[in-house]
Amino acid sequence: MEISPDQIVYFHLGPVAINATILFTWVVMLLLTAGSWLVTRRLRDTETMSRWQNLLEVLVEGMGDQIREVSQTEPGRYLPFVGTLFVFIASSNILGIVPGFRPPTGSLSTTTALAICVLVAVPLYAIVENGVAAYLRQYLQPTFFMLPFNIIGELSRTLALAVRLYGNVMSGTIIIAILIGVVPFFFPIVMELLGLLTGIIQAYIFAILAMVYIASAAQVEAAGAAASDRHEPNQPS
Amino acid sequence: MDSIALIAAVSIFTAGITIAIGSIGPALGEGRAAAQALSAIAQQPDEANRITRTLFVSLAMIESTAIYCFVVAMILIFANPFWNYMISQGAG
Repeated sequence: MEISPDQIVYFHLGPVAINATILFTWVVMLLLTAGSWLVTRRLRDTETMSRWQNLLEVLVEGMGDQIREVSQTEPGRYLPFVGTLFVFIASSNILGIVPGFRPPTGSLSTTTALAICVLVAVPLYAIVENGVAAYLRQYLQPTFFMLPFNIIGELSRTLALAVRLYGNVMSGTIIIAILIGVVPFFFPIVMELLGLLTGIIQAYIFAILAMVYIASAAQVEAAGAAASDRHEPNQPS
Repeated sequence: MDSIALIAAVSIFTAGITIAIGSIGPALGEGRAAAQALSAIAQQPDEANRITRTLFVSLAMIESTAIYCFVVAMILIFANPFWNYMISQGAG
């Protein structure tokens, strides 16, 4: 039994082996891009709109609301990154019920790539928000001796993001494969339903955790700087 | 017992022990989290949305420890590096 879609190689493109992960990532990308392009080709701001435009508006508005509630700021520049993570993971997990489709999120390579995107995005957003010095000073909170632990925490939460998504999607696939061997007809369908639910929840959690990490790096520092600004004028008096 | 049988036996036994012990802690933790969230919703029904969202995120974070154990068990059974090494030694 293949534990990872990386091991299913379809064909070779020069030196690169095109395996199920790459192929189905392309399929998801193609679906999302072509779908968005088809829908946004004829946008209307009148009262009548196509149902697909309605769907996309609900999706974007909903993600914006969630980001606003979690980070207590305007979604503005966070929405493209966090929303893309959510839409990609959710659609690849949902498409897992299509026969023959192996979810690319069931491969540790994909989830590690996504987690590394978050790892890179956190300092980028924090530096754009507060500047380099303020971001680096955050590693020395609360004291200098916490520096190694802050760095380890940064890396281990990236690992946790990757393994959590991989483990959930992979376990769904494996359990269904085992159940098909044991009780072939009815029970795997129930587990597929459960897999749909877990897929959506994991996509939501991945996006929300990415947002929480970005927001904590971008805002705690701003609050701390404001507090120290308030503190300094008080000292002489 | 030759080494292949030994590796197989130890791997399967360890996989079972891993998932058995590793699921105790997250189960207790998730039970506590869900119970606290339910009583919080019962006391403040207006905050149900916020509590549910936080509950889902924290359940996923608690669950990830169980998922780590599951991944380790799956690696031991289906992608065991020692087993693969012994098989390749035997074939080569």
